[in-house]
Amino acid sequence: MTPTLQLFLFVSVALFSAGLLAALSRRHAIFILIGIEMMLAAANLNFIAFWRFSPQSQAVTGVLIAIFSIAIAAAEAAVGLALVIAVYRHYRTTNVDRLDQLKG
Amino acid sequence: MSSAAVVIIAIPTLAAALAAATLRNLMHATLSFAVALVGVAALFFLLGAEFVGLVLVFVYIGAVAVLIVFTILLTRRDVGKNRGANWGGAFLAVAVFGGLTWAIFKTQSVAVVAPYVRAITVKRIGEALMTSYVWPLQCVGLLLTAALIGALVLVMEEKR
Repeated sequence: MTPTLQLFLFVSVALFSAGLLAALSRRHAIFILIGIEMMLAAANLNFIAFWRFSPQSQAVTGVLIAIFSIAIAAAEAAVGLALVIAVYRHYRTTNVDRLDQLKG
Repeated sequence: MSSAAVVIIAIPTLAAALAAATLRNLMHATLSFAVALVGVAALFFLLGAEFVGLVLVFVYIGAVAVLIVFTILLTRRDVGKNRGANWGGAFLAVAVFGGLTWAIFKTQSVAVVAPYVRAITVKRIGEALMTSYVWPLQCVGLLLTAALIGALVLVMEEKR
């Protein structure tokens, strides 16, 4: 039995929801970043699945947008983790609930 | 490509993703995150995008997961004081999951089978990157340089 697009979209939705759960329910800044990365991975899975199941899957566009998306996600992760380290150095905590003042 | 293979890869992937979202220990969560990304890369291989799968393994597990581990070690003294979860966020995530799952299985136009495709070779990807996609490629290079410099500036010691 060959899988349909629905199966891949369901896997992607489950991965996205796990990322959303991590990003919304945790208080630690690194957990939130992990959640965002998981949501981005789910989006990439959607890109590849829609490309593979489209009638024009001879074109390399779907593969290329996934590669660009991964590169941008890597840049985002690097800056995000640098922000976590900078905030930790200043406030001595990574709990996002306690980062509640604009004045440094 | 068979449904059984997809399900066999998807179950450990989603279990690892859920573990990454719920485990208390930050290091265990990061390792689960890496396992989940290996599963996503395996799904990419199954979908015929081998190059993207390899890029995902190299970038996420080789760079991002290691970077997260380094950040955990650098901010270690704070670990253990972050008890308690936000139940509103958990409820929202479950609601999003339910709504989107309902929409996917309700929509008939996504119940299609994959057409036959010629394998995407790295040669074709490289040709596309160097011809019609050379401008986006340069922009991504500039973005990565800016991100590198920005990350360095952010973590530099403040002069007193």
